[in-house]
Amino acid sequence: MSAQYPTTWRRPPQIIQDRRLRIGLQIAVLAYLVLAFGSIEVNWQRVSEGLERGQRFVMGFLQPDFTSRWRDISQGLIESLTMTLTSTVVGVLISVPIGIGAARNLVPRPVYLVCRSIVAVSRSLQEVIVAIFLVAMFGFGPFAGFLTLTFATIGFIAKLLADDIEEIDETQAEAIRATGASWFQLLNYAIQPQVMPRLIGLSLYRLDINFRESAVIGIVGAGGIGATLNTAIDRYEYDSAGAILLIVIAIVMVAEYGSSYLRKFLQ
Amino acid sequence: MTDPTTLPADWSFRSRSARLAIWAGWLSLVALFVWCWQVMTETTIWAFVWDAPRQAGDIGGRMLPPEWGYLPELMQPLWDTLNIATLGTVGGVILAVPVALLAARNTTPSAAFLRPVALFIIVASRSINSLIWALLLVTIIGPGLLAGIIAIALRSIGFVGKLLYEAIEETDPKQIEAIRATGAGPAQVLTYGVVPQVMPALWGISVFRWDINIRESTILGLVGAGGIGLKLNASMAVLAWDQVTVILLLILATVVVSEWISAAIRRAII
Repeated sequence: MSAQYPTTWRRPPQIIQDRRLRIGLQIAVLAYLVLAFGSIEVNWQRVSEGLERGQRFVMGFLQPDFTSRWRDISQGLIESLTMTLTSTVVGVLISVPIGIGAARNLVPRPVYLVCRSIVAVSRSLQEVIVAIFLVAMFGFGPFAGFLTLTFATIGFIAKLLADDIEEIDETQAEAIRATGASWFQLLNYAIQPQVMPRLIGLSLYRLDINFRESAVIGIVGAGGIGATLNTAIDRYEYDSAGAILLIVIAIVMVAEYGSSYLRKFLQ
Repeated sequence: MTDPTTLPADWSFRSRSARLAIWAGWLSLVALFVWCWQVMTETTIWAFVWDAPRQAGDIGGRMLPPEWGYLPELMQPLWDTLNIATLGTVGGVILAVPVALLAARNTTPSAAFLRPVALFIIVASRSINSLIWALLLVTIIGPGLLAGIIAIALRSIGFVGKLLYEAIEETDPKQIEAIRATGAGPAQVLTYGVVPQVMPALWGISVFRWDINIRESTILGLVGAGGIGLKLNASMAVLAWDQVTVILLLILATVVVSEWISAAIRRAII
């Protein structure tokens, strides 16, 4: 039994099997990278000047200054937190009917198309761009931020809720329907019990996202902690900026653990 | 068997105490909402709010018709935006892989010390939006594409790292066991046991993140980090709303196309 086994082994390609296609793709990627890197213009002198500032920022992050701007920080935090809660509540309230309307198995086709297009519009517009427009219309401050986050929440919750309703166990709906239930009774006894835990989970998740977003839309004038952060960075007060970022990270961490705990408790 | 005469005549979905508890929960939520609403709108100038429809009509009137002649000027910034998103994603993925390896329970070298550090990096990166990273980086290394790329990369670490470490934790231990049984060292276990199992997930996550990054990089220019957002900022500063329309439509088209590409690639891989 002379073994004709090869002594070396090469791992077979994992994703693209065709050799020519693979090499072609690799060349294309390489060409793109060369072109893309060529388009970056870096002013190294500016970078080296800035590194000192970067160092100060890192120092600010390590030795955050919570006290000297505490009034502004707490004001921004209160705005952000209240904005987050109100926009999530209102957004979820609006998105429930839209989500039901966007579920193919519950509503006639015209309603489905209208609701899906509302969802598509809300999802495709960036929060920051929406915020710019709403600030222009409603003036500076947390009210514009509230409207922005509500608008963004609608697209998010309505889409996931609609997808969830479309995936429910049809036999339960069938059973309720067989008792002669009306459409609203069907909703109440067949759909709602199946999607409610997930809706609560999604709302908590969105609460978390809305807080994170509230830190961003302040940069364009929609109030909240983002406005405070923007001011701190503009004034090169990196120790205050570091403090704000640490607070944001801490709140997000607490919200994340809290919401995952709450979801486990509710399910 | 329960005696039917002791059962209540009417069927109800929940017991009395459960209903009360749920009712109390909703009541406290409503109370919290009302309180938050009052705190939030304390400083709101309602005259501006009631004036909003008129303002909206005014801006809408200025935005139409779009000034299509502005479109050719936008091609260079659009290319910059695509580069920010793509190079940022590449950088983010490269940085995220070691973080994910440190954070996954089954590959981390020290669960007591390195894993919490890696998890903190992931949370910190996830909780700070790329626009904030860009804001910081523009003041540190100056305005331009590089700040945008680094901002996107830093933000991507958390997203890719989190999804990747979850994928690593879900790998089949039997395959890793089999590789280890051949006498492979730790690096060989990684390349032949773990990597083949998470590679499709890594590609899927990267493409998904690339799609999100395209979306985010369109606005990084607002704080000076290059790309089409710079043009948006410039047009808005001079109140050229008809140019703003063109930019927004271009952004929308880019986002839709990138979403379509990413969905197609993910369908092909997974």
